[in-house]
Formats: sequence, C-alpha cells, structure tokens
Amino acid sequence: MELQNDNFKKGLRDGIPICLGYLSVSFAFGISAVNMGLSVLEAVLISMFNLTSAGQLAGAPIIAAFGSLWELAATQVVINLRYSLMSVSLSQKLGKNVRFFDRLWIAFCNTDEIFAVASGNKGAVGKRYMLGLSLTPYFGWALGTLLGAVAGDILPEIVASSLGVALYCMFIAIVVPPCKKSRPTLMCVLLAVALSCVFNYVPALKAIGDGFIIIICAVAASLLFALVAPVKDGMRTDLEVEQNA
Amino acid sequence: MPEALKFALYLLIMAGVTYLVRMLPLVLVKRKIENRFIKSFLYYVPYSVLSVMTVPAIFAATPSLISAVIGFAVALVLAYFERGLMTVALSGCGAVLATELILLLIK
Repeated sequence: MELQNDNFKKGLRDGIPICLGYLSVSFAFGISAVNMGLSVLEAVLISMFNLTSAGQLAGAPIIAAFGSLWELAATQVVINLRYSLMSVSLSQKLGKNVRFFDRLWIAFCNTDEIFAVASGNKGAVGKRYMLGLSLTPYFGWALGTLLGAVAGDILPEIVASSLGVALYCMFIAIVVPPCKKSRPTLMCVLLAVALSCVFNYVPALKAIGDGFIIIICAVAASLLFALVAPVKDGMRTDLEVEQNA
Repeated sequence: MPEALKFALYLLIMAGVTYLVRMLPLVLVKRKIENRFIKSFLYYVPYSVLSVMTVPAIFAATPSLISAVIGFAVALVLAYFERGLMTVALSGCGAVLATELILLLIK
C-alpha cells in the first residue's frame, strides 16, 4: 500500500460511470417514491440525505405511511449494516493524507459502487481521489430521483416497472467478474444465494424480515469461507472491480 | 404535528442511522487489520451481501416472472464478459421491457 492514488481528475473519471448508473437507479427510486405517496421534494430530500439504494427502497414506504420510527431505524441499521463492513474494509484502503474530518464525509459517500471502485485501485486512495470519485454519483443520485419523481406519472407503467431491475443488474455486474477469477468467491456467492432462497421461500423463515435475512445469509456464507478458504497473503483483500463503462 | 415537520423527523432518523452505520467503523478503525480470518471475512462480505440482495428479489421486481428471468440472464451474460455497471443495468432493463412488450402483443 505504498502507492497512493490521490488524483482528483482520475476520481472524477472513475465516478462518471457510477453517476450514469445511479441516474437510472435513482430514477426508478423516484418513480416508486411518488407511487408510494411521497412528494417530489420529499423523494429528492431522502436521496440527498441517505445515498443508499436498498435502504431508501425499504425506508420510503415507512415514511410515506408515517409508520413506526423504531421500524424505520431498525430497517436502516440492518439493511445498511453491510456498509459497516465496507467502512472497515475501506478504512484499510485510505491513504495517509486522509484525516478525521475527511473520514466524516467519505463515510457519507460510502456506497456499494463507490466502495467497489475505490477498493479496485492498486494502492491506497487519497482524499482528493475520493472527492472526485464521490462528486458526480452524489449529484447523479439526487438528479435521477428528481427526474424519476417528476416523470413517474408521465411514463407508461410498463417502462417504469422495467426500471425496477436496474439496481439488481448493477449488483450482478459487481459480483460476477471476481467470481470468474476466484473459485472460493464463486462458491461463497452460490452458498449465499442458496441460503437466501431458503429464507425467502420457507414462510417461517421469511417472517424474520428482509433486512435480517440479508445479514444472516451474507454473514453465514462469508464466515464459512473465511474459515475454509482464507484469502492468501499477498492476495488482494478488496474488491477487484474493473470499470469498463 | 404538521406534516412537513413530521417528515423532517422521519428523514432525520433515517439519515442519522444510515450515516452512523457508515461513519463509526471508518472513524474508529484506523490501524491496518493483520488478522487473516478477519481480512478474509471482509473480502467475502460485499459479494455475499449483494448476491443475497439480488436473488431471489429480482424475480419479484417485474410484472411477470419470465421477464425477470430474461433480464437476470442478460445481466449475468454481460457481467460475465465484464461490461460496465451502466451497460449491464440498462441492458437488463431493456431486456425486461422488450419481454413485457412481447407478452403484451401475444395476449
């Protein structure tokens, strides 16, 4: 980790594909949010303050219905718990010029994709690189939500519902490439998927709740593979995502 | 409580929780982790989390199962050939839309 990437422009360049991806995903969120009964302004505010795709999709209906605040908080903790793990991982990746204050805003921008791209760098990453990387995705996320919320009523139902898979497809694009290069990664992913199917299709287990199911399945699969197939010394312990967009 | 104020309270709780979950580990963990088991666990977590979130949820994300299966397959193939995030996402959506339109015509 002697090498440090701290180029703002390189960050901006790496962030643009994420920004474009976010435009389509947050567009889908904007549509759903308005369908749930939130106003355009409310949908945009949720996006600007949270920056979390899955968490927002789960939280928006609770806010729209003014449901239980405890349920809202618990859902966000559980669905977003993976960010804690990513933050621990990212903490190992930050360069020497990243101070306490920088960690405060870098944490806010730690999404699946920004984390994945930051981790994909060869060496450490500096604050200027992280700023460039986070900038366009943040505004893309807000802008996409605005456009989706406004256009939601105009677009035909069939188009709007097709956009609902955008988020999942983006996840697939992150998970599949490393599975080609590492057999244990592939096996771990397959086990996680199998567990997920069991928990979702067995009614008694499904009752545990979506957020908890994500944590249980992911932690179980990751623990098992950390035991049986620990990453080798010298092997990269971060995501190896290459940006081809 | 006025509606706007109530929304602000909900927004604050949601954003606060989401932020703390991300911020605390990043601020608290400063040293390099040397433990091989923890390093391995952290390596596997992002992939397993994203996989669990995607399957089987993606199969319930569209009006019909078949369009979801086709969208899923298209995304898998493009991801296998290491296309970018946006290409995979938009192609998946396109495949779902095309399937839904064909289903509409057949019916």
